[in-house]
Amino acid sequence: MKKIIDNREIEVNEEGYLVDFTEWDRELCLCIAEEQGISMSEKHWEVVTYIQDKYQKEEPLSIRGIKKSGVINIKEFYALFPGGPLKKSTLIAGIPKPKSCI
Amino acid sequence: MSTTKVKKMLFILSKGTLENAYAAFVMANGARMEGIESEIFFTFFGLEAIQKKKLLHLHTATVGNPALHMPTMLGGLPGVEALATKMMKREMEKLDMPPIDEFLEILSDSGCKLWGCKLAIDMFHLEREDLIDELDGILTIGDFYGRANEEGTHLLFI
Repeated sequence: MKKIIDNREIEVNEEGYLVDFTEWDRELCLCIAEEQGISMSEKHWEVVTYIQDKYQKEEPLSIRGIKKSGVINIKEFYALFPGGPLKKSTLIAGIPKPKSCI
Repeated sequence: MSTTKVKKMLFILSKGTLENAYAAFVMANGARMEGIESEIFFTFFGLEAIQKKKLLHLHTATVGNPALHMPTMLGGLPGVEALATKMMKREMEKLDMPPIDEFLEILSDSGCKLWGCKLAIDMFHLEREDLIDELDGILTIGDFYGRANEEGTHLLFI
């Protein structure tokens, strides 16, 4: 389905995740983050870059992976993206929601 | 973003087997990942999972466990339970499931509250220092019910 984000028509799935990662850019990211009540800080960008990098390398994302990432610890991760950190950070990063129970 | 009416999940872990501990941990962690509050109350044999000296030695029962499809006599032979446990742990590692100690750290860092049951701790003559540092406290069942006193809270006994 189509959604207007940042005055652009973007293809998203029923949960609002971008279908095509190439449509993602920083301006779009700011708009999605704002919709989620998140104001992007330096640390947010660092996490977004990290998970996008994992996605591009096709490495699965998990909370355990975040713990070992060296980029951010779990407490900070929850504080930066309240209400489901992996769900929210992937939404903002323009990548698919992780399909994992852990 | 989907919104859920479940606001808080409270788990009571009463068993000391590897698979029951993981069931509680995966569900409690999964709740936090969905933005749902979660807490675990460890009671009776569930206390094995938060005892410093025991938590890395949880086993899968090979006797009285029909799902393993192993004759009971065989399951009781020395070393069989250890072997089954080892195999289970190996499969879990393949799925990137953290070992019990690391899982407890993840849960605590994720904001999942971990509680010990006062009655069971007294019964097993345990001291606070026998239990993991991440433990948020020791509660009576009444205290624990007090934590359930909110709309959208669910309790699960494992």
